[in-house]
Amino acid sequence: MLNKNIYLILIISLVFASSFWIGFNVNLLPAEASINAPIYDELFKILFIIGLIIFIGMTIAVIYSLFKFRKRNNQIGDGIALEGNLSLEIVWTIIPSIIVLLIGLYSYNIYDRMGGMQELNHNHEMMSSNTEKIWAGISQTSDNEISINNLSIEVSAMQFAFLFNYPKGNFISGELHVPVDQKVSMKMESKDVIHAFWVPEFRIKQDIIPGQPTILNFTPTKVGKYPIICAELCGPYHGGMRASIIVEEESDYNEWFNKNKKPEVNL
Amino acid sequence: MTISIDPQKTNNESLQPKGWLRYFSFSLDHKVIGIQYLVCGFLFYLIGGTLASAIRIELASPMSDFMPRDVYNQVLTLHGTIMIFLWIVPVVNGAFGNYLIPFYVGARDMAFPRLNAVAFWLIPPSGLMLVASYFVEGAAQAGWTAYPPLSITTPQSGQIIWILSVLLLGGSSIFGGINFIATIIKLRRPGLKLMQLPMYCWAMLGTSLLVVLSTPVLAGTLILLSFDIIANTGFFNPVLGGNVVVYQHLFWFYSHPAVYIMVLPAFGLVSEILPVHARKPLFGYTTMVFSIMGIVVLGLVVWAHHMFTSGTPPWMRLFFTIATAFIAVPTGIKFFNWVATLWGGKISINSAMLFSCGFIINFVFGGITGVALAQVPFDIHVHDTYFVVAHFHYIVYGGTVFIIFSSIYHWFPKVTGKMLNEKLGILHFIITFIGFNLCFAPQHWLGLNGMPRRVAEYDPQFQFVNQISSLGALLMAISTIPFLINVFLSVRNGKEAGDNPWNALTPEWLTSSPPPVENWEGEAPLVEEPYGYGKEISEGK
Repeated sequence: MLNKNIYLILIISLVFASSFWIGFNVNLLPAEASINAPIYDELFKILFIIGLIIFIGMTIAVIYSLFKFRKRNNQIGDGIALEGNLSLEIVWTIIPSIIVLLIGLYSYNIYDRMGGMQELNHNHEMMSSNTEKIWAGISQTSDNEISINNLSIEVSAMQFAFLFNYPKGNFISGELHVPVDQKVSMKMESKDVIHAFWVPEFRIKQDIIPGQPTILNFTPTKVGKYPIICAELCGPYHGGMRASIIVEEESDYNEWFNKNKKPEVNL
Repeated sequence: MTISIDPQKTNNESLQPKGWLRYFSFSLDHKVIGIQYLVCGFLFYLIGGTLASAIRIELASPMSDFMPRDVYNQVLTLHGTIMIFLWIVPVVNGAFGNYLIPFYVGARDMAFPRLNAVAFWLIPPSGLMLVASYFVEGAAQAGWTAYPPLSITTPQSGQIIWILSVLLLGGSSIFGGINFIATIIKLRRPGLKLMQLPMYCWAMLGTSLLVVLSTPVLAGTLILLSFDIIANTGFFNPVLGGNVVVYQHLFWFYSHPAVYIMVLPAFGLVSEILPVHARKPLFGYTTMVFSIMGIVVLGLVVWAHHMFTSGTPPWMRLFFTIATAFIAVPTGIKFFNWVATLWGGKISINSAMLFSCGFIINFVFGGITGVALAQVPFDIHVHDTYFVVAHFHYIVYGGTVFIIFSSIYHWFPKVTGKMLNEKLGILHFIITFIGFNLCFAPQHWLGLNGMPRRVAEYDPQFQFVNQISSLGALLMAISTIPFLINVFLSVRNGKEAGDNPWNALTPEWLTSSPPPVENWEGEAPLVEEPYGYGKEISEGK
């Protein structure tokens, strides 16, 4: 009996150890390039480890049962007439409930840190259009920076392209240029069907919907060029609907911005 | 309630064709209808599988080079629709439900045999219509979700035929659901209590409740959508002031429960198969019943987790996260109970058992990624990517389709009186299990790293992993060959099975194989302990 328990404890600790080792050493995610990304990866790691423990544990239990309790050639008759065990049932109801509840609370915390529960303010146009329904995307602020510093961009999506309107510069670009470490606030609307704005390296995604503007805020943290991918089936060329986001140093960004800037037209 | 045999019905049955011809007739025999569902479903599975192979061929290279892009979208739409509405739902509900439920409740047929036949005969025409729409102006190409405005702006004829076909299939499903509820509640043999029913009855009761509650919502939604398409109304058309997000709410109010409509019957079937081959009672019968009902209730209030990146306010995202994650609890209970059923048994390692154990392993994996997907912040990155494709196939293929095969190996002797060949069966399992995991496990990585779903072209960095996935799909296609050979050989030349080759205790085994027209020669047996294994022989242990 004691021997059996030692084996059991050994196996369980081995499952835990290997799950933690895999969880911390196997990276399944792309580069981290926004404030959201490391927060997301933290959640991913926790879920990955818990998932591995459960999956490896259950798989071992099934395969072990198949070997240990297989019917030998000369055996006849049935297994033990065990119809249930109330305390076991209670254990495997309560423990998963607690795990699920803790995961839920933890992911709430992650969502809050990503800015999902914040009031969304898209600061241009002075929010005068209160009658217009605006739906939430993830809103990420770094610290308590004042929203005036936000870079506001209007995104319009159509089959099969994204267009980025820089209202302050009065120009439209097919590439999204943003300065590093500065909050970007995008108001997005579709001209035709539903599209989605996804940057895998930023771990953010928001549908772009016709007739209902959506908002997506993020703060890039790493200079580089990343793909913007449409993630909602939008027609035959859906797979080709891509754009690039170029995160650059503020000076480079300003240079690009001033080059494209058009003077205001005064009537 | 007593079971009376309507003399008129008996007369009708004597007029019906005998032999294999009855499978092409408007038969009222629940067993014939069950086989009709199964064979019809399997033919559509072959069509859907061919379409899946076409998708995997296209995705073996990063460029869109195998078929035109709009055809690719038609292929993925048809693949999803056929597999869900013409293979999985009709087979796990219609085929096994019709065959088994009357045996389990001790009845001679379903409560409404004519409605039952109508429900089946709606399926072949709507399925053929769906496939034929390709030859009109091209099939629907807005995905099986048919989100407007895409479904409004793509070619109309395909989309309208798609709607008609899904409406008919939904009608068939509702007829079936009403029939199962009536049969299980009202047609039980005298003396048979609800808590003595085999678990599949409970699964079908829960499933049928979901069918009856949620399918009409889909029907209503699709009718509104068809108005938008042909009559220029503006329910969902944003150009006319419609709201596209409302469609998504209505659609998922059916289509999330639809996942349980596909999965709960499989839970019931595996609960029948494991005790027989493990020679042990089903562990925790009462908790199994309550967890089914728990899944039914929770399953109705989780739909918006498909819409975390759509226009949904934050509070709604949180509510649906918690509700969705909690489905893991009753589901987990069921899996722990199945493993406990295996524990201490005398397990025969045969094809039925292997497919059931494959189901447990695959479904646990799919369930874990499901809990992760329920978390809003997690979902925001992987929504609409191959991660979701992988998760979904782990649930419906690794879960339900594995159980369909397991059930075929288990009940084939009852239906035909012949045994299936075990060596071919185990070969079938090995190729399917390896092929399935090779095909879908790598897709998790693809989704996490930036490959969206429903694309015909992708970033070249994903080519190698996509080719592994396509190789897995090839193995899955190959795996049907030993299965088909097995079925065709065994129907003709299989080993005689006898009435009860597995020494099972559930009522369908207490009659001849194949069973007579009204199930039993005499009165239906009263089975109070469908899982009473080990009770009598336990002294000799």
